[in-house]
Amino acid sequence: MVQYCQTRFDVSFGALADATRRGVLEQLGRADASITALAEKFHMTLTGMKKHVGVLEQAGLVTTEKVGRVRTCKLGLRGLQEEAAWIERYRQLWGARFDELDKVVEELKLKEKVDGRKKRT
Amino acid sequence: MDERRERETNPTKNRTAVERKSERELVATRTVNGPARLVFEAWTKAELFRRWWVPKSYGLTLLSCEMDVRVGGRYRLVFSHQASTMEFFGTYREVTPHSRLVWTNEEGDNGETLTTVTFDENAGKTLLVVHDLYPSKEALDAAVASGSTGGMPETLDQLDELLVSLGSSAVTK
Repeated sequence: MVQYCQTRFDVSFGALADATRRGVLEQLGRADASITALAEKFHMTLTGMKKHVGVLEQAGLVTTEKVGRVRTCKLGLRGLQEEAAWIERYRQLWGARFDELDKVVEELKLKEKVDGRKKRT
Repeated sequence: MDERRERETNPTKNRTAVERKSERELVATRTVNGPARLVFEAWTKAELFRRWWVPKSYGLTLLSCEMDVRVGGRYRLVFSHQASTMEFFGTYREVTPHSRLVWTNEEGDNGETLTTVTFDENAGKTLLVVHDLYPSKEALDAAVASGSTGGMPETLDQLDELLVSLGSSAVTK
């Protein structure tokens, strides 16, 4: 499971080819924060920070919630966990298929061996 | 026999790996203990294919399995579950004996998913790479969001969801 979480993290971290976005995640790991607070913290304009948060949000890494006039950001791991769980189930499906495939191939190998022996005799 | 013993003593051997390679791509890999020639046969002869494609634990019955394995040839699989049936169908786009198979999955509503399987033989074993290219990020996300592509469903509801997701995500042909 760890492996698949890792894979998904790798994909999501495509959204993180940017030091600011990594910093924002780190920051949100410590505490939820408003976009305004994040913009100040990272010495950016509000518009710039909104863009970064938008990218993180799309990757499922961050969720935001607007209460009154303040949009609060928090780590959004739920999407990650869901996808990792789905990928794991998909892996189980293929694992089960491949196990059956092994048996079929094993049988074909045996059959070939027997047929080969018959031909020689 | 040696291979079996080896597998038992080394459970990480022949492990199935799955990775979402990109927004639209899903890849499953696994090594099978046999030459590509035989593994390819198991993928292209209906009477062999039907024996392994639907895991027994899924509670689905494969009613029919027609495969015209040549470029432009069609396949059609019909499953039954309780009183209902479901079909999966598409067209073979590439058929390169013992090394490569490409087919479309045409039963979904969101466009065709393209499945490419490569067979890479090395020292009597075959590395299989099953690559699904979804028509859009949304199509793959929808399959993920439906949350029920695999697993071992225990209830009828879950089985129904599985069928729907198999259809939409084209995991099963």
